[in-house]
Amino acid sequence: MLDQSHGLPAKPGVGYKPQHFQAILQDARPVGWLEIHAENYMGAGGRPLAQLRHLAERFPISVHGVGLSIGGEGPLDRDHLDRLKYLCDWLQPASFSEHLAWSTHDGAFLNDLLPVPYTMATLARVADHIDRVQSVLGRRMHLENPSTYVAFAETAMGEVDFLTEVARRTGCGLLLDVNNVYVSGVNQNYDPVAYIDAFPLHLVGEIHLGGHHEDRDDHGQRLLIDSHGAEVTDPVWALYARVIRRAGPLPTLIEWDNDVPDWPRLAAEATRAARILEPVR
Amino acid sequence: MTQSHFAAALLDPDAPVPVGVIDPRGHPAPKRFAVYRNNVAGSLVEALKAAFPMLVKLLGEEFFAAMALAFLRAHPPKSRILMLYGDEMPGFLEQFQPVAHLGYLPDIARVDQALRESYHSADSTHLPEVEFHRLLGQDIAALRLRLAPSLRLIRSRWPIFSIWAANHDNGPTPKPQAEDLLILRPEFDPRPQLLPPGGAAFLAGLMAGRTLGESLDLATGPIDLAAILGLLISGRAIVGVSK
Repeated sequence: MLDQSHGLPAKPGVGYKPQHFQAILQDARPVGWLEIHAENYMGAGGRPLAQLRHLAERFPISVHGVGLSIGGEGPLDRDHLDRLKYLCDWLQPASFSEHLAWSTHDGAFLNDLLPVPYTMATLARVADHIDRVQSVLGRRMHLENPSTYVAFAETAMGEVDFLTEVARRTGCGLLLDVNNVYVSGVNQNYDPVAYIDAFPLHLVGEIHLGGHHEDRDDHGQRLLIDSHGAEVTDPVWALYARVIRRAGPLPTLIEWDNDVPDWPRLAAEATRAARILEPVR
Repeated sequence: MTQSHFAAALLDPDAPVPVGVIDPRGHPAPKRFAVYRNNVAGSLVEALKAAFPMLVKLLGEEFFAAMALAFLRAHPPKSRILMLYGDEMPGFLEQFQPVAHLGYLPDIARVDQALRESYHSADSTHLPEVEFHRLLGQDIAALRLRLAPSLRLIRSRWPIFSIWAANHDNGPTPKPQAEDLLILRPEFDPRPQLLPPGGAAFLAGLMAGRTLGESLDLATGPIDLAAILGLLISGRAIVGVSK
């Protein structure tokens, strides 16, 4: 397999979809790395793992977990952590990341990234969970800022302060999802530019960009839904350009998980990211 | 707000929004909470649609989606790995009144589920055909076959292979008869095969690790041994032989 120990390159990457396998092997440009959802590669064998083995010989791979439930009230699931370790030990990916969210409760997996209130108790719990993940995997992980739709009466601190403190306590890196910043900014009534300007960009190892859809809440306020089912919107591209101007080039992922387009349309989004990355190289 | 309250209200569309879940100005936020409810239900219905393509084809997308919603509320996933979510579907369908008149449906769900299990099961290296034929020269009754982990056997009192083939490949109209079905995965793509009559008990014996001789004794009637072994060989399902 390709030596993945140098981490992800500061180029555009895409979320890997099996229907793009042939197109990627023929000509992936300008895509320089691929991200997979860890849980889709926890089977015993078959085509998914064979394809992944093939791709890892040619591209740096980022393993992105969606099921660890780091924000969960209960302890981390030992079996799931073991499966994750097995995958990372085998693949030796360039990066591993997960979400500031929970998805499992009382043995039921809810298959969504659910929000947590930003309190001291949540902070202590999340930091404990990340310590555990990093020690089991034997590697530094990156934690992603969420898209959120509701607020909590008990929340006592801002999201940027919360993430910064988690990173300080655990030594983890951060994954900055710029679309999530915009979606949450609109939904939570804060200024996404101020959020970006306050964000500890020196801790960011990866950027996510994706599409969202627009709705209205009960009071007629704009409500954005992080759908990963469309092109990245212009305000998100503008925020992204602001991040790159300040931080320099960073590995940048185009996420498109629903209504997946054909390869040329996905590659066109990656090209747009490449143009923003290029001038600062 | 505890995650218990949040989780319970997610799966129950009639439950009120949990206390303390608000919009940024402090107002109650039912429509915002509904985004999570829709994400959970919508994504799991999609996962089930991908998991049970033949059920979708037989029931239609709309009916399937409504049924899947009832299923996921009764059986939310227990694993974070959704590739095998839905193993309770056959049992659920047996009790689901609106499809009580479609007696074969639970077995069709078993076929969909077995195809998926086969797709994700461990890889194996098949025994070369010449090697197998060399062994057949000996006392074959004492041989035990090691079979591929991707092999699946489904026995039914319905014509499940014919129903599957009629809807998948425009095969002929099924006749009312019992059929047993074997799933083989020669490389990465599992495919169902009709098992000759009487073969299922024999094959179940082999899969349980019995010798060829012991398994033949289990057969429910005269069986075409060459045809069944031929299926296993062409499907690359024999991975080893021992005495």
